[in-house]
Amino acid sequence: MAGKPKLHYFNGRGRMECIRWLLAAAGVEFEEKFIEQPEDLDKLKNDGSLMFQQVPMVEIDGIKLVQTRAILNYVATKYNLYGKDMKERALIDMYSEGVADLGEMILLLPLCPPDQKDAKIAQIKQSTTNRYLPAFEKVLKSHGQDYLVGNKLSKADIHLVELLYLVEELDPSLLANFPLLKGLKARVSNLPAVKKFLQPGSQRKPPMDEKTLEEAKRIFRIK
Amino acid sequence: MAAKPKLWYFHGRGRMESIRWLLAAAGVEFEEEFLETREQYEKLQKDGRLLFGQVPLVEIDGMELTQTRAILSYLAAKYNLHGKDPKETVRIDMYADGTLDLMLMVALAAFKPPEEKEESLALVVKKAKTRYFPVFEKILKDHGEDFLVGNKFSWADIQLLEAILMVEELDGSVLCDFPLLKEFKTRISNIPTIKKFLQPGSQRKPPPDSHYVEAVRNVLQL
Repeated sequence: MAGKPKLHYFNGRGRMECIRWLLAAAGVEFEEKFIEQPEDLDKLKNDGSLMFQQVPMVEIDGIKLVQTRAILNYVATKYNLYGKDMKERALIDMYSEGVADLGEMILLLPLCPPDQKDAKIAQIKQSTTNRYLPAFEKVLKSHGQDYLVGNKLSKADIHLVELLYLVEELDPSLLANFPLLKGLKARVSNLPAVKKFLQPGSQRKPPMDEKTLEEAKRIFRIK
Repeated sequence: MAAKPKLWYFHGRGRMESIRWLLAAAGVEFEEEFLETREQYEKLQKDGRLLFGQVPLVEIDGMELTQTRAILSYLAAKYNLHGKDPKETVRIDMYADGTLDLMLMVALAAFKPPEEKEESLALVVKKAKTRYFPVFEKILKDHGEDFLVGNKFSWADIQLLEAILMVEELDGSVLCDFPLLKEFKTRISNIPTIKKFLQPGSQRKPPPDSHYVEAVRNVLQL
């Protein structure tokens, strides 16, 4: 029997969180090896484990995968969360990329210089309510189905619901005018594997606080 | 008979160039509509053709696809350039994502003020020489095959060639420590469809200049 996938990252959300969500939603148990010191990261680099000297890295099926998207797509394929054909995949990819674009803005917010932060937050909120949430609400409205693509749960739904939780953390009122998205969020959150992941004690990571930010900066040698 | 794919973008490389490369390498004829005015862009948005209000947009097989990577993955699968099984596909994705990251840095540098632009481009060359090219040189060395994955031409090979040529435009000596990449460059450039694309008069676009940057700023009102 194959071992569990092993995730290499620091003990925080960062670029690994979407992978944790996807594995959890697929009902897949996984192990985590946390990078706690810059030396831990150096060791991974030096023993050739990180193709482009970067994490996330996930050991799965005998390969050391890097590049967040490559990892997500492999996991989605393996656990049937990638649609039934190429055209469904294209839609799932398109929606996932949109989620990733907004997610990236939110991810990088802690690194924003303090004097630019308010402007950045305003920009994110604007993009959320004017560009991204309307697009997804429209998709759900267009077919009236429970999930974004092919009337079946896919990675696109999981990534989007993860994003909706992030948006809610930023400002709950942002979701106010998107009833179908609220419905999707509730529906996906009630799936047994996701429900479990959302409970305290799971491998889901909390929002970044000052302490975790300092730790990440130290490990990744960011000034 | 299916219509040709139609590409909507500015008249330059940007985020569409990798898509042009992939189509050309696959021997697929495509049409292009160039965004030159704000009005054209606003019309695309108003007509609901841009899911997130952004280009690239590719009309293909009855779909209006946006998001560069979604388009590239679809095309790679459609034209059998995405590996024969999930393990090959993930390798192709890892390699392609790495090279795409590098090329997007070049695309974005064009929009920075002169000093920052110089810095960004120098960083691209450094990353190519220290992070990316050594990896691909080793991959080719380890298996001794002509192509990066599965002894068969794939999307990963097309992206790597595109990246090599792009970085060479910034620093002509960049391949001097990578003999296998030099051979790779020659070999892939000689594939008939790619050879054709590399000739003057093809749909390949030139590096971004101030003209291009101004045109984009104008259309997107940046």
